Amino acid sequence: MAYSSKVIDHYENPRNVGSLPKEDPNVGTGLVGAPECGDVMKLQVRINPQTGVIDDAKFKTFGCGSAIASSSLATEWLKGRTVNEALAIKNTDIVTELSLPPVKIHCSVLAEDAIKAAINDYKKKQGAKATLAQEQAQPAL
Amino acid sequence: MAIKLPIYMDYHATTPVDPRVVETIVPYFTQHFGNAASRNHPFGWEAEEAVDKARKQVADLIGANAKEVVFTSGATESDNLAIKGVAEMYREKGNHIVTCVTEHKAVIDTCKRLEKEGYRVTYLGVQKNGLVSLDELRNAITDKTILITIMTANNEIGVIQPIAEIGAIAKEKGILFHTDAVQAVGKIPFSVNDLKVDMASMSAHKMYGPKGVGALYVRRRNPRVLLAPIIDGGGHERGMRSGTLNVPGIVGFGKAAELCRTEMATDAERMGRLRDRLNDKLHNGLDEIYVNGSIERRLPHSLNISFAYVEGESLLMGINDVAVSSGSACTSASLEPSYVLKALGAGDDLAHSSIRFGLGRWTTEEEVDYVADKLINVVTRLREMSPLYELAKEGVDLATMQWEVH
Repeated sequence: MAYSSKVIDHYENPRNVGSLPKEDPNVGTGLVGAPECGDVMKLQVRINPQTGVIDDAKFKTFGCGSAIASSSLATEWLKGRTVNEALAIKNTDIVTELSLPPVKIHCSVLAEDAIKAAINDYKKKQGAKATLAQEQAQPAL
Repeated sequence: MAIKLPIYMDYHATTPVDPRVVETIVPYFTQHFGNAASRNHPFGWEAEEAVDKARKQVADLIGANAKEVVFTSGATESDNLAIKGVAEMYREKGNHIVTCVTEHKAVIDTCKRLEKEGYRVTYLGVQKNGLVSLDELRNAITDKTILITIMTANNEIGVIQPIAEIGAIAKEKGILFHTDAVQAVGKIPFSVNDLKVDMASMSAHKMYGPKGVGALYVRRRNPRVLLAPIIDGGGHERGMRSGTLNVPGIVGFGKAAELCRTEMATDAERMGRLRDRLNDKLHNGLDEIYVNGSIERRLPHSLNISFAYVEGESLLMGINDVAVSSGSACTSASLEPSYVLKALGAGDDLAHSSIRFGLGRWTTEEEVDYVADKLINVVTRLREMSPLYELAKEGVDLATMQWEVH
């Protein structure tokens, strides 16, 4: 299988490998895929709650070179984007950027899912925080 | 000694032709180019003589009579001929075949075709070590069983089946026994009489011979096996396989067989040592790696290992100057993980993490060391990038986790 030079680059020099603290209220964690399928991606984002901008992103992936490259590229793109801009990232953008062949398109789909899962997790945490703040603001009856 | 890159460690897939074999073949292209079936002139006679010599060389390798060797285009054809040939010829006697889930596709797909034509096939499962259970085999046999076909050594995991014991059961029940012996012949001792085998498929390009030629051993005595041919047209090979013989290929096959017979013991001992060296280095350098299939009942040059938490294709990318293969779905055209590894019950995630190493006649110690060191580095790096490794280190039981599959 011939890999595009960009996929090879991401594989040899992956960007933003690592983890952010899961308990941090401003960190959203997405874990998608399954070992039986041969693809598991963990994508994390730290979002500035005031500006809604993603100021850090990290990933870890169990999968082929294309899966690793897709998730590495995703973290590169996420940093500096707002939440809404992040949700606008389409798997087809990843396919184009990495020149993924048809048999590897599902890797880009999983990366898009990972982005959405991470942001949803952040939103859930923000929602929970808001509810908690509301409850705390209620004067005790 | 400088290592030549890339390193070839995929000898189960194919082998380079031994230069001594190439030397033997060349005159049969331009000088002795006759058709072995041309009865009327010296061009034909010398071609026939060369074929006869090669036939004996192949027969000697497996302890058979030269008359029992049928040349084909390769083991896939031999498997087809054996299974379809028996099925058609013995249709009156029965319509049931017993085989195994870990067989090569040439056997499995042939059986599946026969099922469409009304035959019944039992696919025996294997134990965790890759071996069939003799009791299960016995229980699967019915009064309609006309053929048992079980491979001698598995191409993916290198495991050697209890062929002599299966042969004894087949003999006892009066059922024909075929074995796909492709990976075993020329590598380990293989005697059709000791093993009580009635038919055996062989391939030249797996034993340092040319591609495009193989053979089927067909027993002539006790019992005499009759086969319906699958290729018609002229009645060559005692009516069992029509078609002009591939004389250069056959000559090469014969020479390769002779070299294997005389050098098998030293080759096996040397390769066994190198294979063990590779295995030991990997086990010393990495934790959570698992050999797939029995370690004791295994070809001397074969090793199949799963590297937990790391996916096979990404591993191969990291050792891109080494030629091996993987059981990962990503490396197969169908995106299905290896069915052989699945049959061992290891779980898909370990199938995705497996690498098959096949050493060979020209593998060196330096190559083994290079491969081991490189692999240890790559696995370590990929584990740092693996969410599964991270979860496992946190003490999470991956088997019970809920995965968000899309």
